[in-house]
Amino acid sequence: MSTRDLLVQIRDLHIEGRSDETWTPIIKGVDLDLRKGEVLGLIGESGAGKSTLGLAAMGFTRDGVRISGGSVAFDGIELLQASASAKRHLLGKRIAYVAQSAAASFNPAHRLIDQHTEAPVQHGVMSKAESEKDAVRLYEQLRLPNPEEIGFRYPHQVSGGQLQRAMTAMAMSCRPDLIIFDEPTTALDVTTQIEVLAAIRDIVDQYDTAAIYITHDLAVVAQMADRIKVLLRGDEVEEAETRRMLSHPSEDYTKSLWAVRSFKRPEKPAPETDAVPVVSVRGVSAAYGTQPVLHDVSFDIHRGRTVAVVGESGSGKSTMARCITGLLPPFEGVIEFDGEALPLDYRKRSKMQLRQAQMIYQMADTALNPRKTIAEIIGRPVEFYMGLRGRDKRRRVDDLLEQIELDPAEFRDRLPSELSGGQKQRVGIARALAAEPSFIICDEVTSALDQLVAEGILKLLARLQDELGLSYMFITHDLATVRAIADEVVVMKNGEVVEQGVKRDMFKPPHHPYTDLLLSSVPEMDPDWLTNLLRERGVENIGDAASEKI
Amino acid sequence: MQSVARIIAQRLGLGLVTLFFVSVIIFAAVNMLPGDFAQAILGQGATPEAVEAIRRDLGLDKPPITRYFDWLGGVLQGDFGTSFAAANFRSFTGAETGSGLGSVAAQVAPRFENTLFLAGVTAAIAVPFSLILGVLAALFRNSIFDRAANIGTLTSISSPEFFLAYILILFLAVLNPMLPSLSNIYADMSFGERLERTLLPALTLTLVVTAHMMRMTRAAIINLLASPYIEMARLKGISPLRVIVKHALPNALAPIINVIALNLAYLITGVVVVEVVFVYPGIGQLFVDSVKIRDIPVVQACCLIFAAAYILLNLLADILSILSNPRLRHPK
Amino acid sequence: MSVWLHIALWAAILFGGAWVFRWAGQQLPNPRTRPYFRDMSYAVAFGFLLAAAALYWTVQLYFVDRVVFFRWAVQGFLFFAAAGWAFRLLGRHVGTPGTRKLFRKMPLTAAFGILVILVYAVVAIFADVLAPFGQEQVFERVNVLPGGNPETGGDPRFLLGTDQIGRDLLSRLIYGAQNTVGIAFVTTCLAFLLGASLGFLAATLGGWLDQLLSRGVDVLMAIPSLIFALLLMTIASAWAGSEKWLLTVYMIVIIAVLDSTRVFRLSRAVGANIVVMDYIEAAKLRGETLTYLIFREILPNAYAPLLAEFGLRFCFVFLTIAALSFLGVGIQPPLADWGTMVRDLSQFINFAGVSPLTAALPLMAAGAIALLTVAVNFVVDWMLYQSSGLKD
Repeated sequence: MSTRDLLVQIRDLHIEGRSDETWTPIIKGVDLDLRKGEVLGLIGESGAGKSTLGLAAMGFTRDGVRISGGSVAFDGIELLQASASAKRHLLGKRIAYVAQSAAASFNPAHRLIDQHTEAPVQHGVMSKAESEKDAVRLYEQLRLPNPEEIGFRYPHQVSGGQLQRAMTAMAMSCRPDLIIFDEPTTALDVTTQIEVLAAIRDIVDQYDTAAIYITHDLAVVAQMADRIKVLLRGDEVEEAETRRMLSHPSEDYTKSLWAVRSFKRPEKPAPETDAVPVVSVRGVSAAYGTQPVLHDVSFDIHRGRTVAVVGESGSGKSTMARCITGLLPPFEGVIEFDGEALPLDYRKRSKMQLRQAQMIYQMADTALNPRKTIAEIIGRPVEFYMGLRGRDKRRRVDDLLEQIELDPAEFRDRLPSELSGGQKQRVGIARALAAEPSFIICDEVTSALDQLVAEGILKLLARLQDELGLSYMFITHDLATVRAIADEVVVMKNGEVVEQGVKRDMFKPPHHPYTDLLLSSVPEMDPDWLTNLLRERGVENIGDAASEKI
Repeated sequence: MQSVARIIAQRLGLGLVTLFFVSVIIFAAVNMLPGDFAQAILGQGATPEAVEAIRRDLGLDKPPITRYFDWLGGVLQGDFGTSFAAANFRSFTGAETGSGLGSVAAQVAPRFENTLFLAGVTAAIAVPFSLILGVLAALFRNSIFDRAANIGTLTSISSPEFFLAYILILFLAVLNPMLPSLSNIYADMSFGERLERTLLPALTLTLVVTAHMMRMTRAAIINLLASPYIEMARLKGISPLRVIVKHALPNALAPIINVIALNLAYLITGVVVVEVVFVYPGIGQLFVDSVKIRDIPVVQACCLIFAAAYILLNLLADILSILSNPRLRHPK
Repeated sequence: MSVWLHIALWAAILFGGAWVFRWAGQQLPNPRTRPYFRDMSYAVAFGFLLAAAALYWTVQLYFVDRVVFFRWAVQGFLFFAAAGWAFRLLGRHVGTPGTRKLFRKMPLTAAFGILVILVYAVVAIFADVLAPFGQEQVFERVNVLPGGNPETGGDPRFLLGTDQIGRDLLSRLIYGAQNTVGIAFVTTCLAFLLGASLGFLAATLGGWLDQLLSRGVDVLMAIPSLIFALLLMTIASAWAGSEKWLLTVYMIVIIAVLDSTRVFRLSRAVGANIVVMDYIEAAKLRGETLTYLIFREILPNAYAPLLAEFGLRFCFVFLTIAALSFLGVGIQPPLADWGTMVRDLSQFINFAGVSPLTAALPLMAAGAIALLTVAVNFVVDWMLYQSSGLKD
């Protein structure tokens, strides 16, 4: 490895971003080396500066960002000193970029193939006809369906996973020496993600292209990278070869990142067979207008237990929550609470019934009124349901803040905008607790958060459940979360329950084919996981192709 | 293509319905006039013949709904009725009725043509000018040029049209007599002469419209340049000019069409004041004069023409931006 | 033709000069400026040259040609800039820490805007004290020239002269602030009361009420508002008959209703954006009443866009009233008002060559309108920029 020559050499790079007329550092003196044909994984939480660093490796900065020091050399060319036209000759031709959202990064006004051939033709690498032929070859290698025809479609006519592969093909169009992958699979469902990952890895291998792979997902980077560099708030934490990094991380921060995946609640005993469930959903079907979204869904949630509702986007799991809360009255079926049927429309429910079921939202930003202080947000349900006022209300709010591990004196009078993502989510939890419910719906509560923060939220929810005997309905697409917190699992697909049961049984074969596909698509920390999976199943039996067969 | 045709048909239908309601409103508004408004309009000095003529003309003996459809039927055939002023004049002089001189259509037609000429000259100057400036301001945003343009356009938008008009008159007609400050135009003028007399009002309108158009273009382009596919094009090493022409422009079409149509529609309002300042014989001036002497049929006709033009322009913008949307042109 | 030749020559100098300028920059000995000129686009080089030319023309007109109106314009511009700067400096050192911080980050245009608005407010409120004479007071001397110098046809009592029936123009200009600005302000408030309450109701309730109101507003907005206002004013004038003050009241109502359509659209859109937020859903699921939802959850989040819209609407209403008055169907005499003054004095502009001060009279009234709208727009622009910056 070390005999290969250097392709990218970044030394003591400093980057600043503008906020409110002042420049604040984003990257604080990072070094980076990349050899030819090598894949480097850049990993870090949001705000670590990994995308900025990836773009800087191309000599590019976004608006409002500037490079304030250091050097970036690509194959001996100093990019920071190079003229604009000299840089242009490298971009697209020798250095290519794959963006996070393919749907937004393809120009909606042109066909895929025309965008594909643009760089080769402009850089004089190939003629248009040659490049078109080459595109079909690349589409085939990336296992896109109908490679002959797909290029002649417009971006909006192609699905997300396919677009992401088409963009990888476009990056390959000039056979560059280096590709920057900027979170290319973050926006995709797990079953789609695996297909894209396999395609990207194969093609990068095949053409011996060097790559910088940016992601926040450890398991993904373990599959893709030869070496991993961990970033934290613009600083490098550590860097090592992938296997060593996974088995022997040396820094505390890295260790804590690795440990997130090991959080798991102890198994609870099964509920007594004659116990009345807190919530019981019986034969519920619902529709948005004439568009059916739920079909004959039934499941029970028992006291003190967590039921995880799992499925990919469009599976109807969030609609299920809207049915239970009464925002979308189902046209068929009943929803029982403590053995008593609830009115289907929330407007017909009593204050008592409304109080019993609370909700915690995915986006804490939109879940808290930005113009109210934390004390007002948490205090409103206390006042509304419990009738507490003045000193009593204030004491109760302080209790609740302590329960969610926030210091009352410090946080009481803050606005949501003065809180971090995790703290906002905690306030959302406190607002739900303030109603003293017996049942809480958690709608993707951790998916917008960084892994360490998300783990903290999960632990908090688990502790509250033990202390207060709460029941949770936990909506998520992330099976790692399910593994950590669920007692029972309901798997949904296209508005139907595919499989349901106790967690222990669900993670053990035999599975329903869809559950099996879902489980097998979740990347694991083992660097050989993807290779093994492909060997076991074959490329035709993963991803969307397999999903359609079921 | 099926869906695009359907959407366009829908928009056209909606435009027609709007126009219908607008005509109802214009008609109903006039019928809110108190008492016997033939008498009220002509005043105490009117001869009984004139009053009678107007009564007959308006068919005041018939119920309002019949009157409305009579009026609408006439409008659809290009007959807007008889001007009160002309009727009054005739009743005093005893001239023959039905000579055609008194009809609203005959009064409006030549003036409408003049107004179209003024709007055309304005658009010809303002559209290219403001598009170029707007794109430049967007490309060099936050530069000194952009900030100066921002202050300049804000000032221009904020100023009443007559303020800009008098400043132009001051500098271009009074202090340096380059252009005439009065725009009297006759039917048999040569094009060059006509253009010269139209230039000052057109420049005034240009100042107002350019400011609006430039700001909207700037906003649209900035929005567009922030989209990931433009960054992608840059990262593909495409030349800046090609990024603009090939990647930004096709997507900028819809917003730019909208900006142009909106501002041409805006011209309709601006034209009224400017025509009065320069005594330009257009429909705006006729409208204001008729408002002052309460010549109801002319007011109705002008109002309907303005509204129709306004609706038509908005409709056109709507349809053109639908046609320029690739998502609609190439359905899944 | 020589004018066109002149223009063509200047264009050629600028276009060619820009290329030379960029080339010359690259030949400079300083190695640190070279990359700057190398990567400079042609448009930027052209901009530099154009700015230089503009500066040259300004100096030429100011010091060589000494065009009096141009000199006034430049002096006025410099004076306003200095006043704005001084006002901002004052704001940075006086007041609560909150306002001081606000002034520290304020652009010059916004400071200027706030200053002008304050001055207008003071003049409008204290017009009775400030004006030397009453607005309807008629003197025996008509058409006194401005300047106050008896030798040039002036009168020291009437600094800006008198009009054709002998009313003091300075007093009428000052009272104009009270009448024109006051009426526009009342109209805007009315439009907001109507538009905003209906808009939020439509956004929160949705359903048929929303449909009905929205379609109705669509139809009303399909008629250009100045045209519609003129039509309605025709009818109003028949209703009002000889009661002139009644016509002013009608005008307020007409413009308020027409303008409330735009307020409705905005508040409905703002409301609709807020209504889909999860915290509204949470409040609904808590069982909160409609009043609580609108006043405690939605409105506090709509203040910023509504305030900006209020500024814009005020400008629009103010300009519409000025236009109507200018056309002779707006604010009625004997009330002093700027739009009417412009119309009455407009012929004076032809005396620009003989008596610049006389010619400036209609421009003063028109400029008084323009200055306030410019000021409000500057402040609104700053507010919009700030609120969009907060979202980032």
